[in-house]
Amino acid sequence: MKGFLDQEFAQGGVLVTKADDLLNWARLSSLFPMTFGLACCAIEFMSTGTTVYDMDRFGMAPRATPRQADVMIVSGTVTFKMADRIKRLYEQMSEPRYVISMGSCSNCGGPYWQHGYHVVKGVDKIIPVDVYVPGCPPRPEALIGGILKLHEKIRGESRVKPVEIEKLMNLPKT
Amino acid sequence: MNAVLEKYQLSPESSAYPPTVRVDSQNLILLLTELRENPATYFDMLSCVTGIDNGPEANTMEVIYHLYSIPFHQSLAVKVVLPRENPEIESVCHLWKTAEWHEREAYDLLGIRFKNHPDLRRILLPADWVGHPLRKDYQHQEYYHGVHVAYQAPQPPSDR
Repeated sequence: MKGFLDQEFAQGGVLVTKADDLLNWARLSSLFPMTFGLACCAIEFMSTGTTVYDMDRFGMAPRATPRQADVMIVSGTVTFKMADRIKRLYEQMSEPRYVISMGSCSNCGGPYWQHGYHVVKGVDKIIPVDVYVPGCPPRPEALIGGILKLHEKIRGESRVKPVEIEKLMNLPKT
Repeated sequence: MNAVLEKYQLSPESSAYPPTVRVDSQNLILLLTELRENPATYFDMLSCVTGIDNGPEANTMEVIYHLYSIPFHQSLAVKVVLPRENPEIESVCHLWKTAEWHEREAYDLLGIRFKNHPDLRRILLPADWVGHPLRKDYQHQEYYHGVHVAYQAPQPPSDR
């Protein structure tokens, strides 16, 4: 199947689209993840960036600073010592920002859930998480699956004012 | 090596590998200095310093020094047994510089205090951590920096 960009436009190529769709498409096609690895999941995250799995095809280039990143992939065990740093890094990212929790450890504590005195039992206890990727560690395919889930989520976002809700809220009190 | 050990009336446990000797904490520095300086033994490398908590029943702790002699290709482990209340032992940093971090780790996780250590503070855990987690009777904190430490199972959705 030919993609949209494979076509030639004869008549000046004017398109009609919704602002939401255009902006969402632009944003989800250039999600910059933060270079950020906490444990063995980071190795799978690195594999995802290699030519075999080619994270670049989603427009994802790892950034070395939270200021330029859109998505934080928490890949690995979140220790209490690291938790404060993760929170700080998350706060340094500019909005809109997303978090993918990669692997069992960062989802819920993983193998450390019972005796891990030093492990935060889920990164969602410190920062909000958009997508959870299960696995120990998840294969790169699974992480890509998580990224596509995040694409779906972004695709559904809207900058349109919720007119109906506003109408409801402005209803005269009876 | 055996000649030096006999001087201290020690004989290595035959069942253990590497050969292991148990020494009183008063004689530790003397013995380790001799093992390091004596040209017949020349244990110039300290591979590891390990701490063990034997639990409240045995009421002891142990520190094990794993020595290795690079020229002689020889290993030796030296064990010291300490009381569980207020475990304290002389630091060996002045003999092997590498002991500094190993002793900090034993202090961090087990609370063994090393006298005359140049910089005895926590190495792995955050500085404001409470307790020494590898002790058998360690109870973790309920909250650390506002985060609940123990695992909480997610509540199943209630049936309506």
